[in-house]
This record gives sequence, C-alpha cells and structure tokens, in this order.
Amino acid sequence: MLARTADSLFWLARYMERADFIARTIEATLRLEYLPRGGTLETETEWTSALEASGAFEDYQEKRGKVTEIDAIDYLTFDRDNPSSICNCLENARFNGRAVRTALTVETWTAINDAWLELKRFEATRRAARELSRDGLTRFLDYVKKASLDFDGACYRTMLRNDGWWFNRVGLFLERADNTARLLDVKYHLLLPNNEEVGGGLDYFQWVAILRAVSAVTAYHWVYRDRVKPWLVADLLILKSAMPRSLIYCYEMLDRTLDDLARSNGTPGVAQRLARGTLGRLERASMTDIFQNGLHEFVTGFIEENARLSQTICEQYLFV
Amino acid sequence: MAAFDEMGEVPRRIYAKVARWLQESPPDLLASRRSQAEYMFRRIGITFGVYGDKEAAERLIPFDIVPRLLSRSEWTRLEAGLVQRVTALNLFLKDVYGARKILKENIVPPELILRNPHYRPEMIGFCAPHDVWVHIGGIDIVRIDADDFYVLEDNARTPSGVSYMLENREVTMRLMPDLFAAHRIAPVDDYPDELLATLASVAPHPDVAKPTIVVLTPGPFNSAYYEHSFLADKLGVELVEGRDLFVDNDVVFMRTTLGPKRVDVIYRRVDDDFLDPLVFNPASALGVPGLIGAYLAGNVTIANAVGTGVADDKAIYSYVPDLIRFYLGEEPKLKNITTYRCREPQDLAFVLERLDQLVVKEVNGSGGYGMLVGPHASQAQRDLFAAKLKADPSNYIAQPTLALSTCPASFDKGVGPRHVDLRPFVLSGARGVKIVPGGLTRVALTEGSLVVNSSQGGGTKDTWVVDDEGI
Repeated sequence: MLARTADSLFWLARYMERADFIARTIEATLRLEYLPRGGTLETETEWTSALEASGAFEDYQEKRGKVTEIDAIDYLTFDRDNPSSICNCLENARFNGRAVRTALTVETWTAINDAWLELKRFEATRRAARELSRDGLTRFLDYVKKASLDFDGACYRTMLRNDGWWFNRVGLFLERADNTARLLDVKYHLLLPNNEEVGGGLDYFQWVAILRAVSAVTAYHWVYRDRVKPWLVADLLILKSAMPRSLIYCYEMLDRTLDDLARSNGTPGVAQRLARGTLGRLERASMTDIFQNGLHEFVTGFIEENARLSQTICEQYLFV
Repeated sequence: MAAFDEMGEVPRRIYAKVARWLQESPPDLLASRRSQAEYMFRRIGITFGVYGDKEAAERLIPFDIVPRLLSRSEWTRLEAGLVQRVTALNLFLKDVYGARKILKENIVPPELILRNPHYRPEMIGFCAPHDVWVHIGGIDIVRIDADDFYVLEDNARTPSGVSYMLENREVTMRLMPDLFAAHRIAPVDDYPDELLATLASVAPHPDVAKPTIVVLTPGPFNSAYYEHSFLADKLGVELVEGRDLFVDNDVVFMRTTLGPKRVDVIYRRVDDDFLDPLVFNPASALGVPGLIGAYLAGNVTIANAVGTGVADDKAIYSYVPDLIRFYLGEEPKLKNITTYRCREPQDLAFVLERLDQLVVKEVNGSGGYGMLVGPHASQAQRDLFAAKLKADPSNYIAQPTLALSTCPASFDKGVGPRHVDLRPFVLSGARGVKIVPGGLTRVALTEGSLVVNSSQGGGTKDTWVVDDEGI
C-alpha cells in the first residue's frame, strides 16, 4: 500500500476518534454544570480540565484568555483556529478520506461524507443564529458521537482485513489510548484512594463524569457491581481488558494489529517491540502498585510512551 | 432553427415507453426522483470543482433523470465510425513522431503540427508500445437529424466524464427500476474491466504476468479528482500523486509501506506539461522528475501517450477526414462539421462577415472556455472577437451554429426539450479498439442554450443503447 495512503488512513481514524472524545468531554462537563454550586465544583476549573483533556488548554489561554463556558464550548466545537476542535477533526478526517478515496469502501466514505455534510448544516445554522442554542448543542454532540459510530461501524463491517484496515485500527487505538490517558491525567487528583472522604458528595458526580466522558457508566456497574468508587474508576480505565477504552485494551489491540501488519509486511520492528513492552507493563501492573508509585507519574509516563509509539510507527512505515 | 428532437412529437418507436412514462408519472413523482438523485450524488461525493469559483469548491453536475436513448442499429453505425476515427488518430500520431509521411505528402500544413503548442519534439522517434497513443479517447458526437452522427471534437489527451457515465447508470437503475425493466439496455458496467485490460495490454514488458498499474492524479484539488479516485477504485489500482512516485535508473517506483514498488503502466490524468519538471514545466510540483526518461527508455507506459495533443487540436480536427482517407484508404463514416480555418485568408474573411451566425472557437481551448456563440452574443462580444481574430487568425476556427438535437428533460415546471451531445469513450489497446455501448450524454439545461460543458452549467443524463426488437 502507498505510504501516503497508510498515513491518511491512520490520521483519518485518529481524527474521527478525537471528535468523539471531545464531544463526550463537553457533554460530561455540561452535566457537571447542572449540579448545584459549592465544594470543589467551579465552572472555570471544569472547563479548564475539559480543555486540558483535549490537549488544547495552553493554546486556548493564548487566544482567548479567561475560561468561560461559552468560550470553551465554542473553542472545542466550531473554532477553526483550534486544530483539535470538532469541526477541524471532521474537516481533516474528510480531507484525509478524500485523499485516499480508493482505499475506503463506499460505506466508509459515505459515513465520513455524510458527517461532513451534516457539519456544514450545523455550521450554517450556527452562522445564522450567531451561536448554537443549548438544544442545538445537544443535538450537535449527539450527531458527532453518531458520526464516529457510523464511521467505525462502516470500517468494521466493510473494510478488507489487510494493511488499510490495520493502519486504521492502529490510528484508532493510539488516539483512544491517548484520550483516556489525558482524561486520567487531568482528573487524577480526584481518583486517589484517600479522596472518598475528603471530597464529599459532589466528587461522586465528578467520578461519574469521568466515566461518562468515556461512555463507561453502565460498564462500570456491570464490571464492579458496586457504587462508583474513585480507585475502581481508575482501575476500569487502566487495567480492565473488558473495557474497550481502557489503556490495556487499547494496547492489546495495538499489539495484535501491529503483529498482523508485521506478518503481512515481513519482519517486526521497533513499533512491535514498543507496543509489546507497554502491554507487558500493563499486564503486570496492579492498582496498588500504580497508586503507590503515583498515579500522576504513571499516566504521564504512559502518554509519553504512547506518543513514542506513534512516532515510531510513522518512521517504520515510511510515512514521515 | 427547429432542432431535431430525438424523442419526437409523435414519439419514435424506441422512445414509446419513455414517452408514456413521462406522460403518466405525476409531477410530484418526477420531482421526488429528481431530489433523490441529487441526494445520492451528493452523498457519494460525485462533485467537481470549477476553476475560479471558490464558494462552490465542490459542486454537483446536475443530473437529468430522463434517459437518452439510442437504438442498437444507430449505435452499431456510430461504433464503426468511432473505431475508424480513433484508429486513424493513432496512426496519425505514430506518423507525426515517426516517418512523417503526412507532411511529405502535404496532407496537413506542417506548421499546424510543428508549431502546435501540444507538439512534443521529445517524442520524435519514440515508438509507443503496440503503436497505441490514444488509449482512452473521448469523441464528442452531435446529431442534427435522424440520419447522421457528426463529430464535434476529438479528445485525445485526458478526456473525463466516464465516471458520470457509470454513476448515472447506477442511479437510474435504482430510481426508475420499472422504466429500466421495460427495456433491454446494453450494460456499461464492464468499462473498468475493459479499461484495465487495455492498460495491462500495453505494459512495457509482456513477460510480466501482472503489470503494476497506477492512476496518476494532480490531487484532491483538481476539478476531476472524484473521477480519478473513482476509476482507481474500480480498477483496483493505486491512486498516486507525483510525490508518491520516483525514478531510479530510468525505472519508475512508487513509495509503499513495504518500500519501493516498480510501476509498469501509468494511467495519467495529468497534462503533459506537468508530468516531468526535468523535461516540461520546471515549476511543476505535480510531476515526477525523470519520468519522461523512464518512458523513452521503454520501462514504463504512459496512457495516454505524451504528445497526443496534436491530434485533438481544433485546427487538426478539420483534417481528420483527410487523415482517415490517407491512413486507411476509406471514406469517413462519421461526418465532420464544416469548419472554417481562420488561418486561411478567404475563410477568415468569410467568418468576419458572419460572426453573428457562427460559433468561433480557440484552436486549443477546451471546456467551453474562450468561445463565441455568435447568434447569442452581444455586438460588443462580437467586436471583441473580431479584433482577436484579426490579431491572431490561426488561433481560431469557426463552425456554423448547429441546431443540436434535443431530448426531453425533467424540471420543476415540467418536461421540455434540451440540447444534448454524446461522449463515447473509446479504448485502444494491443488487441484493438473497444467501446462500451453508450457514453456520457451532456445536456444544456438552460432553455435554448447550446453549451453542454459542465463548467458552463451543463448537466448529464444516462444514455441507453436499447435493442430495436421487442419494443
């Protein structure tokens, strides 16, 4: 497969996944907004952490300064100057998709193109009304989540299981691991074991909000059969293989997919070794160890490793 | 001028069922078919860009739901004429870059070839594999009466539109299954396979069992990018840009995730000028340095061949009947439209006196740009063209304003006749010439307009070659 095609498929998947994550983060943050004030809950902090989780806080500060709900939402959804805004994610996804039309099935392309056409309608509505209503925003976020479901479903159901599919999966799981890790990084202080007493009632909704951002509220209850406890939230997002957005599941998939690539493309290289290494560490880890050595340090280390793997894949498959 | 209507007021036999369908379908049904069609095209992303139109960077070519019909016997006649014409064009190109008999025998004035901006001296002495130069030809055909087909122009460089021929058929089949089932219609969906076979047949090394074929596109910003990706997809070959290819030791490779892979045949949708910055336009970022070297060394086949532009020039057009007689010793089966060569003083004088009746075209223009439709133009536009003609007569030809035939088309306010032309796609390979029955019908959707080009507001229709019997 053309190296440029592999590159575009990889980024296409990353952008669609990122759009979904940002939509969920906004939703979860909005729900916190509806709660009564007080305790640790401040509008500004909540939107700041939403911006941090999307990796855009510094850029936001430079361009917009003070964090307000309206500005943060606008920046995360429709701001063309924010490279990770939802509209830029979808725009970039379609641009990459268009550049490799031949490597996509009709269904996959239609899913991307439909999402883009819908985006144009939302943008027109927003232009006409100056800003989206609360109601409009809810519909917009629902649409973004559905767009990534449609895309993922179309890929899963229709793509040939060859290098195109593998690069798509690698992009998806690298991005997803990065998103989950960033969310943990922003919220780690809430998840420390001794926090249960300190935080009081409102922290509970924070933990739920974290779960909601990775659409895992129901999953949590199925896995633990228990009320939401912070260390279990961390456990679910890091070490539970059954959870499709956990770090360990993402790495199981990365490891397997990179192996598939290596089998069809000749010999395994550095990327395969790195992925296997990270997976091994996750498999051997326990939450007790992670908390003992510092959740923050663990998550930061993971984000760096994940970025290194992304870089290595690009070098190994010639698309730098 | 009353135009020949292909359906006819009293519908011709082959149009009987279409006529009845148009009559019996309630307007809101036709309207819903029209909007469904638009939705389908928009969704698949069949769009084209219009140069200089930023707002509408991706526009749809309007699609008219009423099919255009040709009978099998009409098609058989047309097909024979197309095979003859393209065969002659291939022989002409071989001769131009080879023995030059045509010049020695004074059939065509030498300056029309040697000073033609599309003439490529780099190709002198080059033998195209299997003597095929125009692998994919788009020959524009018009009718003015029930009897004859006229060639309006030959497109021998990178003719586009075949994706619309194929997608129009898919959409028609889905939207009007009943009307479809009432006819016996020659299929077109084997075009990609025929194209693939054509390209494979001209690979440089016949011993390679499965030659590597690619489609070369200028990229997503090109107006025909959709078609490039569509074709690569249907052919099952890589869609490459110049930057995906490189040349090493006169061999062309593409950059893949497995490392370099050798390329044998390039179906290029990039103009000659942009193929190789070392030989042609040095500022081109679209091309592949060294590509022409590899081509001349016989290590890669480029389709269409480099330098075919001399055969689709509008001044050469007027000589094509002579080329057919000269190379094949046959009378042309398709007619040419009377063409006044403004480079000849008596023709120029004739044209200048009748600017209000004639269509004037730039010799190298395309896409409906740079032409004057005399009867529809203002005096100021005609004066402007008169000045251009006097300043550079050899850059222009003129033709009578033709009453192009019409076909019924469907609109919000009803059904009405609109002018059409037809572009069949003619494939030439090592095993001869092949044409998928039909082609792309382009229609001037503006009432009375004769300009069918998509860049000028034209639309397209599905084209059915239907069996004469059983209607």
